[in-house]
Amino acid sequence: MATKVHMEALSPTMEEGRLVKWNKHEGDPVKSGDTLAEVETDKAVMELVARSDGQLLKVLVPEGTTVPVGNIVAWIGKPGEKVDGAGAGSGEPGAAPASKPAPAPARAPAPAPPAATPAPSSRLPAPEPADASRVKASPLAKRIAKDAGVDLKLVQGSGPGGRVIKRDVEAGATQTRAAAPAPSSRLPAPGVPYEDIPLTQIRKTIAKRLAASIGPIPHFFLTTEIDMERAAEAREALNKQLGETGGKISFNDIVIKAVALALVQHRACNAWFQEDHIRYWNEVHIGMAVAIEDGLITPVIRNADMKSLRQIGEESRELAGRARTRRLKPEEYTGATFSVSNLGMFDIDQFTAVINPPEAGIVAIGSIVAKAVPDGDRVVVRRRLRVTMSCDHRVIDGATGAAYLKTLKQMLENPLAMLL
Amino acid sequence: MANSFDVIVLGGGPAGYVCAIRCAQLGLATAVIEQEKLGGVCVNIGCIPTKALLHSAYIANLLKESKDFGVEAGDVKTDYGVAMKRSRRVADQNSKGVEFLMKKNKITVVKGSGVLQPGKKVKVGSDVYEAKKAVVIATGSRVKGIPQIGLEINKTTVISSDEALLMEKIPATLAIVGAGAVGMEFADIFSAFGVKVTVIEALPRILPLEDAEASDTLSKSYRKRGIEVIAGAKVTKATVAKDKVTLDVEAGGEKKQIVAAAVLMAAGRAVNIENIGLKECGIQLTERGFIKVDKNLQTSTAGYYAIGDVAGPPMLAHKGSREGVVVAELIAGQKPHPIKYDNVPSVTYCHPEVASIGLTEDQCKEKKLDYVAGKFPFSANGRARGTGETEGFVKILRDKKYGEILGAHIVGAHASEMIHELAVARENEYTVEEVDLAIHAHPTMSEAVAEAALDSQGRVLNI
Repeated sequence: MATKVHMEALSPTMEEGRLVKWNKHEGDPVKSGDTLAEVETDKAVMELVARSDGQLLKVLVPEGTTVPVGNIVAWIGKPGEKVDGAGAGSGEPGAAPASKPAPAPARAPAPAPPAATPAPSSRLPAPEPADASRVKASPLAKRIAKDAGVDLKLVQGSGPGGRVIKRDVEAGATQTRAAAPAPSSRLPAPGVPYEDIPLTQIRKTIAKRLAASIGPIPHFFLTTEIDMERAAEAREALNKQLGETGGKISFNDIVIKAVALALVQHRACNAWFQEDHIRYWNEVHIGMAVAIEDGLITPVIRNADMKSLRQIGEESRELAGRARTRRLKPEEYTGATFSVSNLGMFDIDQFTAVINPPEAGIVAIGSIVAKAVPDGDRVVVRRRLRVTMSCDHRVIDGATGAAYLKTLKQMLENPLAMLL
Repeated sequence: MANSFDVIVLGGGPAGYVCAIRCAQLGLATAVIEQEKLGGVCVNIGCIPTKALLHSAYIANLLKESKDFGVEAGDVKTDYGVAMKRSRRVADQNSKGVEFLMKKNKITVVKGSGVLQPGKKVKVGSDVYEAKKAVVIATGSRVKGIPQIGLEINKTTVISSDEALLMEKIPATLAIVGAGAVGMEFADIFSAFGVKVTVIEALPRILPLEDAEASDTLSKSYRKRGIEVIAGAKVTKATVAKDKVTLDVEAGGEKKQIVAAAVLMAAGRAVNIENIGLKECGIQLTERGFIKVDKNLQTSTAGYYAIGDVAGPPMLAHKGSREGVVVAELIAGQKPHPIKYDNVPSVTYCHPEVASIGLTEDQCKEKKLDYVAGKFPFSANGRARGTGETEGFVKILRDKKYGEILGAHIVGAHASEMIHELAVARENEYTVEEVDLAIHAHPTMSEAVAEAALDSQGRVLNI
C-alpha cells in the first residue's frame, strides 16, 4: 500500500515549512532515510527524509510552496500503484498549500479558508469551497466564542486538524482585547515581562500583503506638531533647581520620558512583530538612536517609564558617550521595545525614521523652532516641535498610532501630566 | 553495528512496549531492555491478573445470590489456588502477546538490567547499546512497605500484591493497609473467597482520590458484605509475629487493635530509579522523587525521555502507554496531540466498579467553579434492575455557564466501560447537551449517563 509523506515538524517550533527543492522526482526510486526534499523551517533549511521504501509516486506540492506541518506533500509506493490526490499543486485538500509561491492578486485580506489548516486525516474529504464559512470548532469553544463575542474565523485552532478548542478561544478573546486600538489598554501589573499573542489569520494576511507592498516592513508615518513652550519652561526651572549639582536635563531626556510614559497607556504600540505572533511588552525599554563614526547604534534605556528625568539624562549621556567610543556591551544595545531618533541638533525640522525590527515603532524628533502661531485672535510666538512616528502596519494600525501620538503630544504640551 | 538502534526503551511495561511499537511503526530501529517478563507489572503482577481474580470473586458473589434468579447452584465452594492459577494463565497469555508484538514489529528485545550511560548509551551486563536518536526510560514502579511502623514486607505475614497474586492458600483474616484502587480490589477478591477482611485507610475516606459520594457508596456496599472499612485511621504500631500481625490503630480519637493472619500493604508505590545510571547521565529528579521531565517528556538531559510511572503521577498503565506513543511521535519528528493530563480516566474494578474522569465535586468547590451536579441512580435504570445491579449512580458535574463537563463519576456494574463515553466527550469538548443528543440504546446502563447529563440541565426524564 502506498504511504503518505507528511510535512514534518523539523524544528520544535515549526508550524509550517516551505518546500525549497525536491531532491527526488516522481518516478524516482526511494529508500527509507533518503532525502526527499529540502524544507525551510522557521529556523533553517532542513532535510525531509523518506520513511518508507518504494517509488516516489506523486509529488503534491510544487517547490516554493509553504505547507502546514502534518499535510501530505507526496506519496511513496509500488510503481504503478494508484494513489489519492489530484495532480501536483491542484486543490488537493490534504495538501492545500498555505500560500502559493506567487501571491494571488489583491483580494481583501480575508481570513484564510479552513482548507489552509493542517488536515492530517487519512481519508481526504471533498474539497471545501474556497469561501467555506464553516469553522471547525468544538461545541464548547463555539459556546464560549458566542458568549465572548469572538469570531471563530479569526481564531487559529490548535486542536486536531486545526480544530478550534476552548483554549484557542480564550486566547483569542485576550487577543481581541490586546490588539484593539484602545488607548485604555494599559500595561498590566509588573512581574510578567511580556505576553505573546499568536497571529490570527487576518493579522497574518495583513502582515503578508502589506509587507509585500513595501519592503519587509510596511511602514506608515504620522506627523504632529507639539507646542513645547511649557516643556521648555519646566526644563529651565528644573535645571535652575539642579544648579551646579549635576547634569542638566535636556529636551531629549524629556522626550524619552514622555515617549515611554505614553507607551504605558498604549500597549498596542509597545510590541515586537515575531512572524507568527506579536509580542506585547509589559515593560518599556526605549532605544535611543546615536550617530557614531561609521553608522549608528541604538543604546537602550531600560524601564524608561519608571526612571526620573535625571536618571534618564545621566544614563543617556553615559550610554551615548560609550556608544561613540564603541564600548557598549551587547545587552546595552539590544532589547528595546520602541525607539526614538532625534535629529533636532542638526536643525532638521521634520524627518521619518526607519523602524528598528522587531520593534513596531519609532518616533523621529525634529528641531524645536520658534514659530508664529494663532492664539485666539492674535498671533504669538511659540516654541514648536515636529514629531513623526513610523509604524509597522503589521502591528500598529493608523488609528492605534494616532491615539499614541495624541497622548505623547498631550504629555509634552502639559509636562505635569507626566506626574499623573 | 548490531548494538546500534534509533531508539532504546528501558523497560517493557505498558509504557515502554507501546512506545517501542509506535517507534517501529514510524520506521525507527528500536530495542527494548527488560529484566523480567515483557508487559511489566501491569501484565504480570498488576492490572491483568487482578482482573481475572476479580471476575472469580464476581462469580462467587453471583452464585451466592443466584437462587433469587431461579438458578440453584447448590453449595458454593471457592478455591483461591485454582483462581490464582487461572489468573497466571491469563497473565502469561498477555505477556506472550507482548512478545509476539515485539517480533511482529521487528523490535529487538534485550533480556537484562539496563544501566544508562552518557551519550545515549545503555549498558546491559557487558554489552553496550547505543541509541542514535533517543533513550526512553520506562522502568516503572514497585510496591512499598512502611518500615517506619514495623510493616516491612516479609512475604509471609506482611505481604504485597506480588505475594497476594501468587498465594495458593489464603489467610483466614487479612488486614489491608491502604484503601486506594489496589487495596479495595484485593478486599473485594479475598472477601469473596471467605477471608475476613479489614481495610485501613489513613485519609478520611476510602478511594481518597475519587468523589466523596463514590467513596460513601462503596463503603456502604463493602460493609453490607461484611468487609470492615476503617477510614481516617492511623496505624501507630505493628507487631509482627510468626503467624499473625497485631496493628495498633487510632481512628476518630479511639484506639483499637486489629489482629490478622496477614497484612497486605497497599499504601503507595515506589518508582524504580535506583541503579539505572540516572545520576551519571545528569538526569534530575523532582522533589517527590519522580524523573523530572519537560512538556515533551524529555528529561534534564537531552536525548533521554521518561514515560510512565517514573515520569510522575497518575501512575496508571493507560497514562504510561499514551506517553509512550507521544514520545515515539516526537522522536520521529511528528507533532503529536498533546496529552491532557486532566482527562485520564481512573478506574477501580471492585464490585461495584468505580470510574471517574476530571474534577470531583469537592475540587469544583475548592476552585470556586460555578457548577451543577447532575445525578442518576442505577436503581432507576431498567437494565440495572433486570440484572440486579442497582447499586451506584452516574454523576456529571456541569459548568453552569457553558455546559462543559467538569468531571464525571460512575459507581456501578460496568462503570469501567461506561466512563469512556465521557472521556470521548471531554477530549472533544462536547458539553452535556451533546452527550444527551447522542441517542442511547434502551435498555442499557449507559442510559444513566444520558440521564445524568439531562439532570445537570434540570430536565431528567426517568426519575
